[in-house]
Amino acid sequence: MVKVLKSPPFWFFAAFLLFTVIATVVAAEDAAPVVGSAEHAAAAVDTGDTAWLLTSSALVLMMTPALAFFYGGLVRRKNVLSILMQCFMLMCLITIQWVLFGYSLAFGPDVRGAIGSLAWFGLKDVGLAPNPVYAATVPHQAFMIFQAMFAIITPALILGAFAERMKFSTFCIFSLLWATLVYDPVCHWVWGAGGFLRADGALDFAGGTVVHINAGIAALASALVLGKRQGYPDKISPPHNLPFAVLGAGLLWFGWFGFNGGSALGSGALATNAFVVTHIAAAAAGLTWALLDWITNSRSTVLGIITGAVGGLVAITPASGFVNAIGAIWIGIGVSVFCYMAVAILKVKFGYDDSLDAFGVHGVGGIWGALATGLWATKAVNPAGADGLFYGNPAQFFIQFKAVIITAVYSFVVTFVLLKVLTAVMGARASQQDERIGLDLTQHREAGYTVLE
Amino acid sequence: MEIAMKYIVAVIQPDKLDEVMTNLEEKQIHLVTVTPVMGRGRQKGISEVYRSHKEAGSLLKKIKLEIAVNDEFVKPAIEAIVGGARTGHVGDGKVFVLDLPECIRISTGEKGCSAIG
Repeated sequence: MVKVLKSPPFWFFAAFLLFTVIATVVAAEDAAPVVGSAEHAAAAVDTGDTAWLLTSSALVLMMTPALAFFYGGLVRRKNVLSILMQCFMLMCLITIQWVLFGYSLAFGPDVRGAIGSLAWFGLKDVGLAPNPVYAATVPHQAFMIFQAMFAIITPALILGAFAERMKFSTFCIFSLLWATLVYDPVCHWVWGAGGFLRADGALDFAGGTVVHINAGIAALASALVLGKRQGYPDKISPPHNLPFAVLGAGLLWFGWFGFNGGSALGSGALATNAFVVTHIAAAAAGLTWALLDWITNSRSTVLGIITGAVGGLVAITPASGFVNAIGAIWIGIGVSVFCYMAVAILKVKFGYDDSLDAFGVHGVGGIWGALATGLWATKAVNPAGADGLFYGNPAQFFIQFKAVIITAVYSFVVTFVLLKVLTAVMGARASQQDERIGLDLTQHREAGYTVLE
Repeated sequence: MEIAMKYIVAVIQPDKLDEVMTNLEEKQIHLVTVTPVMGRGRQKGISEVYRSHKEAGSLLKKIKLEIAVNDEFVKPAIEAIVGGARTGHVGDGKVFVLDLPECIRISTGEKGCSAIG
């Protein structure tokens, strides 16, 4: 018993149960019962919009296991399970965080433009009637669960930077705190009612700033704090299963139709535009990377073309509700050029070990996407958006630039400090011996592959 | 029991395995153990590129054959392997012949040269 009381996971579980009890008590005080509001809402709910948003939510959820296979294929055999486990843990952990208080912090009633209040703790007041501030034609819970999937995948993107060397316990605490201290506030700034970047007019259709820049910069900070893997860069074996990585990239592309198409929060013309330009940008970027590889390395590579395609999806994310097909091609070409330079030149020159290029693809691609939105956005696509620089409105480019800088600085500083504190308190890296043996066996007591039957 | 036994280890190109196996079959040599291995010789490797990071790539895929035979089968076995695996280029591989002091058939407990075939 004493041993149990000394175990950190026990206290973690106790806190989880306590929060759930509080949420139960809070929900019992709910003045407007959820069931009653469902009836009242029937008139306002559009079934087509709701069907598409729920479908999109499922598509976006699938992107996290897809990312697990994309990343999992790129690590060494001894670490494949650690990647899959970290991704799957986030699906469970962040869902509970989101339902208990994350959604409230991100989208709840505004406090000074900086954060949501805890008024929606445990989904209090988040019922089946639409919330017109966010999505007037779908149940509020449909919007909530769609956003939950974004909250899950964002910390999952970061783990590519510290893959193969982070202690699992620290990973769990880091992810929970990062979601609370970085994702939820930035999400509120850009998308929450009253958020200060939203009020500024920054355009981020589906999460270029909130998801990709945020995660990409956090990835850079964590690569710097954790340091290089043993043997980096010359003694690290190549990806252990590229077909896994291709499977993951293919499923990411598929899921991204929900990520961007679903961000229209309805199933009409805007969703169609987002769907179409998403596809075009991924294709343009994959093609561009393959050609760059062919020119500079004399061969086009599989890892290259899938990296390019994912980069294209990253870059089109903020722009997908504001640009047309031709803008999407330029965004796709641009992202591969910039990400290629980041992973082939920048990373080598500065010597940081961003294991799976989470910063190189999501950080750099996200920044390009956010800035490019300020170049190619046009009101012809979305009257509720704005014109970009190429459509006669240079001011939009600077609004985008400002949002990029604010997000990047905030994400970098908080992530850096958070990891430094965790390093001091509990240690962030697996021991040298554990790293050599591999995280699958040392952190999870399992092996991804058997050698003998 | 007086006949000596040899243990033949050969490293060959993977795409030559079929021909070598056919040749061995023709020479009435049926018992062979095959393992996929990585190796390096005069041929050198083909370097791989991952996101523009070049791997040294000093090891190549090869096939290792292991065959235990009585003395009179040593020459036919070598002929079968060399005949099947030779292209005349570097990288064709090598054949090693070792003395084999003992051999036991697990199912019957037979020992020595009668256990080999």
